[in-house]
Amino acid sequence: MKSKTNAKTWPDAKGYFGDYGGRYVPDTLMAPLIELEKAFEELSGKEAFWEEFATVLKTFVGRETPLQYARRLSEHLKGAKIYLKREDLAHTGAHKINNAIGQILVAKHMGKTRIIAETGAGQHGVATATAAAQYGLKCVVYMGADDMARQEMNVFRMRLLGAEVVAVNSGSRTLKDAVSEAMRDWVANIADTHYLLGSALGPHPYPRMVRDFQSVIGIEAREQILAAEKRLPDSIIACVGGGSNAIGIFSAFVGDEKTVLIGVEAGGTAIKPGQHAARFSGGTPGIFQGMKTYFLQNADGQAENTHSISAGLDYTAVGPEHSLLHDIKRAKYMSVSDDEAAAAFHLLARTEGIIPALESSHAIAMACKIAPKAGSTHLMIINLSGRGDKDIGIIQKYDGGKK
Amino acid sequence: MNLRQALQRAREEKRSAFIPFVIAGDPNMATSEEIIARLERAGADLLELGVPFSDPVADGVTVQRAAERSLSAGTTLKGVLDLVKRLRARSVTMPICLFSYVNPVFKMGYENFIKAAKAAGANGALLVDLPPEAAETYCSLARKNDFETVFLTSPTTSEQRLRLIDACSTGFVYYVSREGVTGAQETLPQQLSDKLAALRQNLSNPLAVGFGISTPEHVKQLSGRVDGIVVGSALVKLIEENPANAPNAIAEKVRVLKG
Repeated sequence: MKSKTNAKTWPDAKGYFGDYGGRYVPDTLMAPLIELEKAFEELSGKEAFWEEFATVLKTFVGRETPLQYARRLSEHLKGAKIYLKREDLAHTGAHKINNAIGQILVAKHMGKTRIIAETGAGQHGVATATAAAQYGLKCVVYMGADDMARQEMNVFRMRLLGAEVVAVNSGSRTLKDAVSEAMRDWVANIADTHYLLGSALGPHPYPRMVRDFQSVIGIEAREQILAAEKRLPDSIIACVGGGSNAIGIFSAFVGDEKTVLIGVEAGGTAIKPGQHAARFSGGTPGIFQGMKTYFLQNADGQAENTHSISAGLDYTAVGPEHSLLHDIKRAKYMSVSDDEAAAAFHLLARTEGIIPALESSHAIAMACKIAPKAGSTHLMIINLSGRGDKDIGIIQKYDGGKK
Repeated sequence: MNLRQALQRAREEKRSAFIPFVIAGDPNMATSEEIIARLERAGADLLELGVPFSDPVADGVTVQRAAERSLSAGTTLKGVLDLVKRLRARSVTMPICLFSYVNPVFKMGYENFIKAAKAAGANGALLVDLPPEAAETYCSLARKNDFETVFLTSPTTSEQRLRLIDACSTGFVYYVSREGVTGAQETLPQQLSDKLAALRQNLSNPLAVGFGISTPEHVKQLSGRVDGIVVGSALVKLIEENPANAPNAIAEKVRVLKG
């Protein structure tokens, strides 16, 4: 299943997607990144590696995930014909497991015995802890202290899976600080440790490697929609935090110029500093956590704090490939507010019997805006990146606060 | 005297230049200015002046917290350059190397930064997360404006990359003594002296060492075997412990460290 992505177009040999990406790290991180790049290059050229990956995705993750016609949601919105790519049905309940399995296989081939990861909402941490348990590797997950408080169940899940969860108390005590802390751990333990970064961001080769592992979403969706409808979709909608589920589904369609690609960012409570995480609305290009990309920063180049009802979208920067797709206008990036995402969460539960992750609820909320105006011949796919069990407590509190 | 000359002179005198590191604006600009003036009187040969950044991946907790203190006191990159200007005006003459993460500099614009820093009286800069592979534009602008460049090297740097780092540096090369972030440690890595001696042979630039050097024993152990010794966290910690008394405490600490 060698990925049919746009790998031939970008990134270039130095890891650039146009002007974005690259490798902006202290010297101490250069050697492990070069080692990882070489290992991934070598493995990704081998058919046997992709076969091994495909087998594990099938037998352990439960792929392929269905592409489901959302009849009642489509009828409710009175417009586009909507399909859901059901990544929420993958093991551990989100697309994050695809990348975790892929990188664990790379780490195993490299002879690494210890896995570290950062996590925001905890979904990537759970996926990493799961993959590490499956392969018998030691696992340490860094998580912002504030995120640990709001995602307590995922902390418990990771510990059940044998992972050590370390609270990060520096900075804003959220995802960006967990990324920094994981980088610090890696610098000190490069001999035996692999840093399993959870999204298509950070220094080269991560944006490419994570994209390639997540491209399974798009490859499946493309085949499934052609089988079901005998044609390509008119639009694809996915939420964008770091952007790995979005790039995973977009990558198979980037060459299909007539398919509109829409990334949905977290609009939070308002597009004002500290109140959202919409990098393409309030951000500017800069160099942050190893890459050149759009991120939320002040006039002096310091990272700004972010806010979203969804911890998984609550991140300062966006993956560099999205910055390129944005600039060349191949994808559109828009945002929805906390309120709109929460309403979409309820809507999908009632119309389809699916409780979506708050991250994915952002994509559904955008579909609610677009679908009614699109007309009945419009064919739309929403990437339902994860399930919402983890968010039930947050919604309960949120709804309580509104009354 | 510039960065390179200060280190070359130390080498000729068969000693190591003493290079303190502090974050500009920690705990606030006024105290920071006082600390630096006292550092020179206490015998600093050269200053590494840290520009605070919100997400300092190469730093341990001590320097991270210093950056947070400085940012909450309102420090900006422009404010740091103004500090350099004031230091020069009150006759602080030691060469100054700015130590920054690349983004504040990128945001200001490489050329604007180089010209403003130079005009303020800084001699050069080390941009910690701008490796030479990504520094082509920056280096050519620095060269054009006679602004010294400093790049990092570490225990895991390959031969090939070391040559690139040396070729891109015009001030000195900074050796990170260990695989890890900044912060005080009990003992130095074994064979550090040998490693430094071998590196010195291979580089066309002067060589400084830092990360984890925190006691008079450490300084003594390395003295004369490298052109410059950077002490950071051990000084920064004193600001955290007692901000009001920091200028005295740091000056005293430098005297002790220098032996």
